[in-house]
Amino acid sequence: MKHRWKYAVAAYAITISAAALAVEPDAAMLSNACAGCHGTYGGSAGPSMPSLAGHSKTAIVEAMKKFKSGERPSSIMGRLAKGYTDQQIELMGEYFSKQKIHFTNQKVDLAKAKRGAELQEEHCSRCHLDDGKEGKDDTPVMASQWLPYLQMQMELYQTGKRKMPERMAEKVKPLSPADIEALLHFYAGVNK
Amino acid sequence: MTLNRRDFLKVVGGASSLALAGCAAQAPAVSSGSAAEIMPKTGRRVVVVGGGYGGTIAAKYVRMMDKSIEVVLIERNDHFVSCPFSNLYLGGLLPDLSSLTIKYDKLIANHGIKFVQAEVTGIDPAAHVVITDKGRLKYDRLIISPGIDFRTEEIKGYDAKTPEIMPHAWKAGPQTVLLRKQLEAMKDGGTVVISVPLAPFRCPPGPYERASMIAWYLKHNKPNSKVIILDANPDLVSKGALFRKGWDMHYKNIIDYRKAAKVTEIDVGKKAVLIEGLDEVRGDVVNLIPPQRAADIAVKADLVGDDKRWCPIDANTFESKKHKDIHVIGDASIAGAMPKSGYSANSEAKVCATNVVRLMNGQPVMSLSGINTCYSYIAKGEAISVAAVYAVKDGAIIAVPNSGGVSPADWSQAKTEAIYAESWLKNILTEMSS
Ligand SMILES: Cc1cc2nc3c(=O)[nH]c(=O)nc-3n(C[C@H](O)[C@H](O)[C@H](O)COP(=O)(O)OP(=O)(O)OC[C@H]3O[C@@H](n4cnc5c(N)ncnc54)[C@H](O)[C@@H]3O)c2cc1C
Ligand code: HEC
Ligand code: HEC
Repeated sequence: MKHRWKYAVAAYAITISAAALAVEPDAAMLSNACAGCHGTYGGSAGPSMPSLAGHSKTAIVEAMKKFKSGERPSSIMGRLAKGYTDQQIELMGEYFSKQKIHFTNQKVDLAKAKRGAELQEEHCSRCHLDDGKEGKDDTPVMASQWLPYLQMQMELYQTGKRKMPERMAEKVKPLSPADIEALLHFYAGVNK
Repeated sequence: MTLNRRDFLKVVGGASSLALAGCAAQAPAVSSGSAAEIMPKTGRRVVVVGGGYGGTIAAKYVRMMDKSIEVVLIERNDHFVSCPFSNLYLGGLLPDLSSLTIKYDKLIANHGIKFVQAEVTGIDPAAHVVITDKGRLKYDRLIISPGIDFRTEEIKGYDAKTPEIMPHAWKAGPQTVLLRKQLEAMKDGGTVVISVPLAPFRCPPGPYERASMIAWYLKHNKPNSKVIILDANPDLVSKGALFRKGWDMHYKNIIDYRKAAKVTEIDVGKKAVLIEGLDEVRGDVVNLIPPQRAADIAVKADLVGDDKRWCPIDANTFESKKHKDIHVIGDASIAGAMPKSGYSANSEAKVCATNVVRLMNGQPVMSLSGINTCYSYIAKGEAISVAAVYAVKDGAIIAVPNSGGVSPADWSQAKTEAIYAESWLKNILTEMSS
């Protein structure tokens, strides 16, 4: 009995000290947990889950903060974003910004994509830079993003559930639904 | 396509492939506990047992984090069939199990993982040796994610042949196909009995999703039929309010939910189950899901705790509290607040891999950060979910306060979630297979 008691105390002490010594989760530890939905390194296999790889740190951080506060509507991200501190969100933003854009070979309507390419230059390229491969400030990467995701998000904007940046709204409003559709096909089809 | 010997040779390459191919090819010629060493260990090595939701990811992430560590993945089958979404197949929403089946060829080639198809029959923790029906393997650290097996001894009248009549379909594959065939063969006006064991069991919302999907099939094909759920638990174990709402909306006259109805005895010949050995309920189809525990190998290797069922582990490293240098993840482990789900197994595998690599490199342990999400389909194109973020506090895995939760009760996200759930499956299976 006596021996067993001693052993238990020793084992307990080891457990406690190991847990106490554990370092805080780093960027990879935090971000790996997202990959079950968003894909390894944030490259989504589709068909509707968005890729995170290659987005700027600001884009990820702003999206997460808006999910967390409820400003941006979501089916699931709001519930998850609430589980992280602002500092952890910054770490994840940095992690995904360091990954290469996940180019896809999804099917798009080529005629629409061609029309979209023309519209992009005039209407959207101020913020959705370089064919959507880059984004100004908190603008997300659009190149190769999954088409159903872009369509669902555009629908949220158009129905007023997701708040469009004012400057973007100015550009989007004059365009017809067919033009918008064309732009989304264009972005989804950019794959190099 | 299945992996064959040539694939092994191609992937493994080099001198060790000779030993591996020699053993892997000669089916069960070598008896259990063979003394032959499959691949002599030269450098640092992690062995992973189980090529399911946890094991594939642990093997992959160890290699992603440290290429200097050799990783050997041992799995009894040459492919894996996902339980997630197998309920949709039962409901007739998937034509077969092919979209739920993964192979290992890309995973092992992309990450330089060595694959051994073998049955693990024992573990020698002192000698750091895994014993298989094809020979032995030495390890520095062992990660096991073997899933579950059943406590069938708790059901009177249950024997080895019972699942052929009363399928559990709680491991996806032939059992799932059998249950589907029984549903197809059942006459309109028939009764399907689903028996749910006491928690904890694999996938807390799983039985209720299954009831929903079977009810969906019956409603559209055999509308006079019924689903009786006999739940051993005091109430639905997961997403109760949402399931009830969904059943009210879609299956009012089909699903008959009975709580605190524990099946303790069966009469296979009569296709009857007995609640607490008394009330008899007969079904044309009986989906008997027995109570569960960690898979046989975990019990055999003395990794289960005082309950003799599940494996106690350290909350950050998943190292067994029973044996040093052996880590247990997935359904088999007691992972605090993290439920027994595929997403949990995936998340735990990454945390475990991180800390296995850190320990092998003499770095301090890193605190766990994990996620779980379980989507459940209620009807075609309608799904609900539960989600949570996890951290470690005072040595235990807890859900981060004021986060997570279930889908909104107003059903506003059900269609959107059904769309994203499909992508979830695609992404998690892609993670496991590439
Ligand atoms: C109907 C149903 C629906 C579900 N739906 C969901 C869902 O929507 N979302 C979700 O997240 N989870 C879901 N789950 C739960 C999920 O399937 C499990 O939690 C998950 O598979 C656990 O992973 P694991 O690695 O512990 O075990 P598994 O994935 O079962 O992997 C274990 C592997 O180990 C191998 N193995 C075992 N013993 C040995 C041995 N001795 N030698 C060699 N190989 C061995 C097995 O062959 C198997 O391949 C569902 C489960 C069911 C039954
Ligand atoms: C259960 C699946 C799931 C998990 C886990 C998950 N996400 Fe998401 N994510 C989604 C879905 C679905 C969306 C679309 C918004 C919505 O409906 O919730 C999304 C959207 C996003 C977006 C917006 C992308 C864009 O282009 O605007 C970001 C950023 C994001 N997630 C980050 C994360 C991070 C970081 C994690 C890990 C902490 C994570 N996600 C974990 C499912 C998931
Ligand atoms: C003034 C800058 C600006 C302009 C111009 C602009 N956008 Fe955006 N766009 C943004 C920002 C910033 C976001 C993310 C903001 C948010 O909603 O949180 C965004 C997001 C989007 C999204 C959602 C992407 C995602 O990952 O969730 C779509 C789709 C989109 N824009 C389409 C367009 C189209 C089409 C045009 C041209 C007609 C356009 N935008 C013009 C700044 C701009």
